[in-house]
Amino acid sequence: MTSRRNYARRYVWFVVPAAFAVVATILFPWLFTIYVSAFDWRLGGAREWVGFANYTKLFTDERFGWAMLRTLIYTAMAVVFPLILGLAAALVFNQKFPLRGLARTVFILPMMATPVAVALVWTMMFHPQLGVLNWLLAQVGIPPSMWVYSPDTVIPTLVVVEVWHWTPLVMLLILGGLASLPGDPYEAAKIDGATPLQCFWHITLPLLAPYIVVALIIRTIDALKAFDTIYVITQGGPGSASETINIFLYLQAFAFYNVGYASAVVVVFFAIILALAALLMWTRQRVRV
Amino acid sequence: MRKLLGRIGFGLSVLVLISPAILVFLWMLSLSMKTELDNTAFPPVFIPNPVTWSNYAEVFSRNDFFLYAWNSVVVSFSATGIALLLGVPAGYGIAKMRAIRLAGLILIARITPGLSYLIPLFLLFQWLGLTGTLWPIIITHLVITLPIVVWVMISFFEGLPAELEEAALVDGATIWQAFRHVAMPLARPGITVACILSFIFSWNNFIFAVVLAGRETRTLPVAVNNMLTFEQISWGPLSAAALLVTAPVLILTLLAQKQIVAGLTAGGVKGA
Repeated sequence: MTSRRNYARRYVWFVVPAAFAVVATILFPWLFTIYVSAFDWRLGGAREWVGFANYTKLFTDERFGWAMLRTLIYTAMAVVFPLILGLAAALVFNQKFPLRGLARTVFILPMMATPVAVALVWTMMFHPQLGVLNWLLAQVGIPPSMWVYSPDTVIPTLVVVEVWHWTPLVMLLILGGLASLPGDPYEAAKIDGATPLQCFWHITLPLLAPYIVVALIIRTIDALKAFDTIYVITQGGPGSASETINIFLYLQAFAFYNVGYASAVVVVFFAIILALAALLMWTRQRVRV
Repeated sequence: MRKLLGRIGFGLSVLVLISPAILVFLWMLSLSMKTELDNTAFPPVFIPNPVTWSNYAEVFSRNDFFLYAWNSVVVSFSATGIALLLGVPAGYGIAKMRAIRLAGLILIARITPGLSYLIPLFLLFQWLGLTGTLWPIIITHLVITLPIVVWVMISFFEGLPAELEEAALVDGATIWQAFRHVAMPLARPGITVACILSFIFSWNNFIFAVVLAGRETRTLPVAVNNMLTFEQISWGPLSAAALLVTAPVLILTLLAQKQIVAGLTAGGVKGA
């Protein structure tokens, strides 16, 4: 045991420089955020110690409550649809067919593309009068939508962009799982006369469960973190109909310069993400066994 | 006959899957090559006729496009380079020590929203007097690139056979020499993966630069977003600029898709 420890300790110096960078860019910000959240701190102005006042204000702030609710609705949709579509896509890409490599590369292009650039194109496509999407709807006889220009449709519309953007990542994660499935259960099922649908339901899905849970974890966290496309397409509008926590946070800190209050939002938001991640990790371990 | 129908159905489903990706990028290309009149025509004009390059000419001729492109290049290369310098040895050390907790800490960096770093770092950079330079942007991009590099490298170093390094150590090499001359050359594919992914996610990043960049230090995503704010409907130049920003990343993805898929499935990593 001791020799193994000593052996390991020799490698500490490999990690020290990176650890220093992690402390400076990741650990320090966390601690400093907690510190700032105890102040009424104006960017470039006065600061005053207020203790927990920012947190109590948070729980009575209706705007924060709505932002929270919107974030949850957005996240729920932005997790479920990519998971279903990603699973379906993975099943397709797991088959052998001509030009599969090229098709898969094209399929993952959206997740590698610069979010701001694609957000701009989507903005133009959503234009109610001149956008190509309403023209397409008209071709199949569906009345035009206001897309991101109406409070009723803005969140689902933003989810469409998120689904387009991140379904490929789910597909890749599940495809990795499909590649590692054993062949024997399928042979046995075939001999027993199982239909392909039965095979999928009783063999593939249970064996894939750990990979699906990993995709679920990653997707949930990323959906909660979504900022770029929402900010570029709507900036939280119309009104505040698409103001999620991240947008709320951004506005508080860098438009209203309430960095103290914004820091309290960060702390609460991060605690929620951490709790959710821990819960999902726990589920993952249960699924593994 | 049934087999043929099945094949056609399968082909159609592949087409349905990839068409949203293809169509959005093609529409982007089409918008960037049409006149303003065609871009705002209803019903839409799909095939540019006549093809015009004036949108691209307009992007290059104003908006300090080259300055912002240079900024993006400097930031992405620096953030990737520093992350490799720090992250490759760290990944090696963590893999050797089996320091799972340390790896977990890095994973937490992956799940933190980018905005939460910005308030303290913004105050810090102000206090250090670094605002107005590219340094704040490079340093914040390390928040994305360093975890990617460390995470990818851990899984690559863990997959290497230990015998070769042990042989080198028995022959009297120091652990540094074993790392430098035995492990690192073997892990070169892993370093390539880490390098590509960290470059792409740094290049694509918007959130850090939008807060930290001044007029002279904007990166391309921020500059392109500003075009939207200031010119409501001038879709041609806007699409041309958007396409120019994302083209390097798309080309890199097409060229290195194998490495990218390997890296993404290894750690499920992605930028902030």
